[in-house]
Amino acid sequence: MHLGVSESMRECEYSQISTRSSTPMETPYKKRTPKKRKWESFPGRNKFYCNGRIMMAKQTGVFYLTLVLILATCGLFFTFDCPFLALQLTPVIPVIGGVLFLFVLGTLLRTSFSDPGVLPRATPDEAADLERQIDVANGGTGYRPPPRTKEVEINGQTVKLKYCFTCKIFRPPRASHCSLCDNCVERFDHHCPWVGNCVGRRNYRFFYMFILSLSFLTIFIFAFVITHIILRSHRSGFLTALKESPVVVCFFSVWSIVGLSGFHTYLISSNQTTNEDIKGSWSSKRGKDNYNPYSYGNIFTNCCAALCGPLPPSLIDRRGFIQSDAPQLAPPTNGITMYGATQSQQSHMCDQDQCIQSTKFVLQAPVILTASTENGGILAGRTALSLGGPCTSLPLGQPTPPTSTPSLSCHEDPMAHHHFLTPEEVPSPPGMLPCGSPMGHSHTVQAGFYNPASQDSLHEDSVRGLVKLSSV
Amino acid sequence: MAETHSLQDMRQQATVASKVFIQRDYTQGTMCQFQTKLPSDLEARIDKQQFEETVRTLNNLYAEAEKIGSQSFIEGCLACLTAYTVFLCMETHYEKVLKKIAKFIQEQNDKIYAPRGLLLTDPIERGLRVIEVTIFEDRSLTR
Repeated sequence: MHLGVSESMRECEYSQISTRSSTPMETPYKKRTPKKRKWESFPGRNKFYCNGRIMMAKQTGVFYLTLVLILATCGLFFTFDCPFLALQLTPVIPVIGGVLFLFVLGTLLRTSFSDPGVLPRATPDEAADLERQIDVANGGTGYRPPPRTKEVEINGQTVKLKYCFTCKIFRPPRASHCSLCDNCVERFDHHCPWVGNCVGRRNYRFFYMFILSLSFLTIFIFAFVITHIILRSHRSGFLTALKESPVVVCFFSVWSIVGLSGFHTYLISSNQTTNEDIKGSWSSKRGKDNYNPYSYGNIFTNCCAALCGPLPPSLIDRRGFIQSDAPQLAPPTNGITMYGATQSQQSHMCDQDQCIQSTKFVLQAPVILTASTENGGILAGRTALSLGGPCTSLPLGQPTPPTSTPSLSCHEDPMAHHHFLTPEEVPSPPGMLPCGSPMGHSHTVQAGFYNPASQDSLHEDSVRGLVKLSSV
Repeated sequence: MAETHSLQDMRQQATVASKVFIQRDYTQGTMCQFQTKLPSDLEARIDKQQFEETVRTLNNLYAEAEKIGSQSFIEGCLACLTAYTVFLCMETHYEKVLKKIAKFIQEQNDKIYAPRGLLLTDPIERGLRVIEVTIFEDRSLTR
């Protein structure tokens, strides 16, 4: 522990000195640390594979179940039913089956592995700027400011934009924060455990193709298995025929999948998300003048827009390298960016530089001690910053979102999530103070300290570290 | 003479005084559009018309990227038929326009903003949330 402390102290001091004396663009410690890709320090709760090319939610167990079910059912179909049907009827049957199967698999993998449209979190400067604006709007300091919303008129409808406390942005319309993945997702539809990912703007069309093709596949298999049984039962008994076919799985899945496809077809044609439909945002029951401002008016255009519209690129740049002199993320696990933050005079974090300097005197030892509990002493920078101002404030008061149990149909999930969205929006206590306020405020020290910032184990460590601190 | 700087010089000599963020304009819906109003912090540095022109051009470019027309329709259908493998060799229309936008911003920075001690950051680097305008305070000026 002590070694870690002295090391991180040395690290901090070294970086301070190099900032003062010289103005190099390339800094010495850049050579020391290997270049990390942005996905390695992604703040959300996602899993990345293939060096950032594949992105999934944290819990993928049900996704593997989906895969197994599809592979097993199709495997049984091709092994037991197809030979008979190809001989008795036509060899086109296995071919169509094969094509459908490949299409289903392709769209499933595409839905599961792609970025659903995650909005990257605000940079510390942005967050600071927003905080300042909100504070001005609120008319000075309020210990518990009211929930932060912004109203916007879209196509004649008033839409409320909510402030996300985790991502520190005002969510664009139709975006929502997924509590499972801990990300704001554009045009958030729902989090699908069967697919192991959120369904949002960038992968909705793949998801729809997946369930549509899966419906066709299950109906196809079901129909031909029944045909097989009927043809066989002419020869042998009905029960022996039944034994040789994977009917049961098909029977149950047909109705749920077909139902789901039908539901999503309705959603696409009216240009709504599952989220909006469940909340009844645009239902006429809310008011006579309530209508969907995003709808293009006719079904055909809505369908085209959803399925054939341009595919926006991923905003999170998973495979990009982290620039140590221009940090854009303020993630909890990356040691490099904070060093970069204290580095050159042209860094974006100049405000934080000041924060660090002034608060250093107030809390040198405790801050650095805290840092030792996290890797590389990042928290030194972060805690100092949060204490000095909003440059990076650890998200406070976030309720720990429970892991939702996978439900049979995907669209039930957002129901669970809604209950968690509102508590998130309840603004949390002190700690988010504007950078403009005097740096040395002692009460900000406390504010910075008692918050289990997130559900990460890393933060649990830091909390433990803080507890140790207070005992010192 | 002290007024004009190249982008490189500025980055090396100047200190960052502050940053201004141009937020998104959602009145057209979820389309990527930015507010054209000149923030008060920039009023001293740049002409209102010039700034609005820049933002309006950016808005038009983004609208072009997200346009649902025959081209995007054909691209979508082709992609679906080839199981989206076509994007391994081809760029999407959106990506092509993003490249155009990057070039445009570079150009604007070189010609208009750098000489005034300002720097526009490509919104794609900020997740298309804001246009970040960095205001530089030149050391040579303050000496």
